[in-house]
Amino acid sequence: MAANNRPEALIPVLGVATDIRIDTPDVKTFRVVTPDGKKAFIHKPGQCAMLSIPGVGEAMFSITSSPTNEEYMEFSIKKCGCLTDWLHAMEVGQQITIRGPYGNAFPVDTAFAGQNLLFIAGGIGLAPLRSVINYVRHYRDRYGRVDIVYGSRSMNDLVDYQEIINEWCKEDGINVHLTIDREQEGWDGHVGFVPNYVTELNFPTDCIGIICGPPIMIKFTLAALEKMGFSKDQVYTTMEMRMKCGIGKCGRCNIGNKYVCKDGPVFRFDQLDELPEEYD
Amino acid sequence: MMKKCPVSALNTVLTALSGVAPLYLPVNGKGKDTRAKYTKYEDGMIYSTALNTVRSAKDFFFPQTENLVNFKVDGKNIEIIDPREEHEDFILFGVRACDYKSFDVLDRVFLSEPVDSYYASRRAHGIVFTMACTRPAETCFCTTFGIDPSEPQGDVSCYMTETDVYFDAKTEKGEVVLAKLGDLLADCEESTVNEQKELISSRMKALPLSSLSTEAFGGDKLDKLFDDPRWESLSESCLACGTCTYVCPTCQCYDIKDFDTGHGVCRFRCWDSCMYSEFTKMSAGQPRLTQMQRFRQRFMHKLVYYPANNDGLFSCVGCGRCLASCPISMNIVKVMKTLSEEAEDNGSK
Repeated sequence: MAANNRPEALIPVLGVATDIRIDTPDVKTFRVVTPDGKKAFIHKPGQCAMLSIPGVGEAMFSITSSPTNEEYMEFSIKKCGCLTDWLHAMEVGQQITIRGPYGNAFPVDTAFAGQNLLFIAGGIGLAPLRSVINYVRHYRDRYGRVDIVYGSRSMNDLVDYQEIINEWCKEDGINVHLTIDREQEGWDGHVGFVPNYVTELNFPTDCIGIICGPPIMIKFTLAALEKMGFSKDQVYTTMEMRMKCGIGKCGRCNIGNKYVCKDGPVFRFDQLDELPEEYD
Repeated sequence: MMKKCPVSALNTVLTALSGVAPLYLPVNGKGKDTRAKYTKYEDGMIYSTALNTVRSAKDFFFPQTENLVNFKVDGKNIEIIDPREEHEDFILFGVRACDYKSFDVLDRVFLSEPVDSYYASRRAHGIVFTMACTRPAETCFCTTFGIDPSEPQGDVSCYMTETDVYFDAKTEKGEVVLAKLGDLLADCEESTVNEQKELISSRMKALPLSSLSTEAFGGDKLDKLFDDPRWESLSESCLACGTCTYVCPTCQCYDIKDFDTGHGVCRFRCWDSCMYSEFTKMSAGQPRLTQMQRFRQRFMHKLVYYPANNDGLFSCVGCGRCLASCPISMNIVKVMKTLSEEAEDNGSK
């Protein structure tokens, strides 16, 4: 007797990598559709998906493309473990599995509506924010001023560099502030760490901050914003935790009474304060 | 209507039950390990009246390992194979009140949206005969969590005296099964087990852990408990063996892994333990670096986080298995007793 008419979140669907772009020495962006060329599912900016190579493993990745892209989904993935090594080694046309969408999303249609937005990203931390940035660009008239501060170790480590230069930088009302950690030949932009650059830029507090990057960068950037007068309830971030199920049952991403996979990954900093201080 | 049979006829009843659906019940081990384990009934097997089975009854709904999905990989192509089959009805006999309550704790995890179809199917097909605890053990503290072992619930509640076994159907499912036993059971008054219930209640009150209180715990106790300095001394000797989580009827954390069978890939889930260092380890780092943090997570989850999300219900049923199995004799009772005491000096925040 077949029971497979019951829905089951843990059983994935097929995806195909139709384009693989090399972003940096350790980041590639994968375009994924179903075998019949459609998007696997509808998502909201900030949500995630479980990608897997059967026999290798399954892991959670943020969906970097905007939901307004109706043709495909994209994932910018840093090579840092077994599964990501495998993903980096695969060729166009390779099938993978995908399930989702998981998690909450950035409140693009509620708390963000009509607001000035300040995106601050470090390294691969741009990946989850790209979905929001492109969503905001698509519905440009729904938002106010947009600032994007993005920094990486070097010029070569800036993810989505071509899109940033060719599209984001050329758009009216969007101010892109790029920075790299150390001086580099061929780079005439800003040099310095993201938190310091944010302090230098001295943003007015009439905006919502959205931070994503390495934990240390998030910590110092939040401190910089607070020093400038931002309060924690106007700054958002998206968290990373180990996950297996993605639906709040396997227990891995549990912090306090929250599950990052289902109640997060997007949190406001005042919400994080209510959770036990486990992951400073 | 309450029904009964003489103890001497229990095997005839069990044989008849096993004809209704596959029957699992506690049976003492043969050889060196004589502890009771849930075993598939075969004619002549003796039901063990041992208080607790080595492993809890959660195995029947949330087995230690379970196939989730299979894959065939051929070059760039993958085939996804759904292995799920509708489970057949089965009967669990002799489940204690604590283990029965653990199903409620698990239900709130696995049956909340999105429903876990593997668990849901097993749960829908399981028929549970509980057994009242006439002889509770010194490690028992189910009453701390509001469980009444004289009213063990389930589809059928059973009571056993020196001479008779009583059957009290609690659900329609239970009624249907008892009806199939026909003349093997005789009708009797509900009040016949009253004496038995009173005996159990008085024995529970006399147990050494009967005064254990949950007062210091609950969904609103995060700030008070999380930074308590006594987590350090409580967890100091923890070996991180995970035995407590494996014998626990309410622990439900799991891992998902792939296994290459040589003919394809089998993706399965298996029990996991928040006591293990790998549990939260990521390529980006390890959030819970010390055993104290991992130890604290397990007890905070049972006594604070779970109740915060589940109307105050604790994720412990007081079965006492962890008391008996921990190699360093650390357990939830010691944790609760220690943290319930007012902190010495002003060490606690």
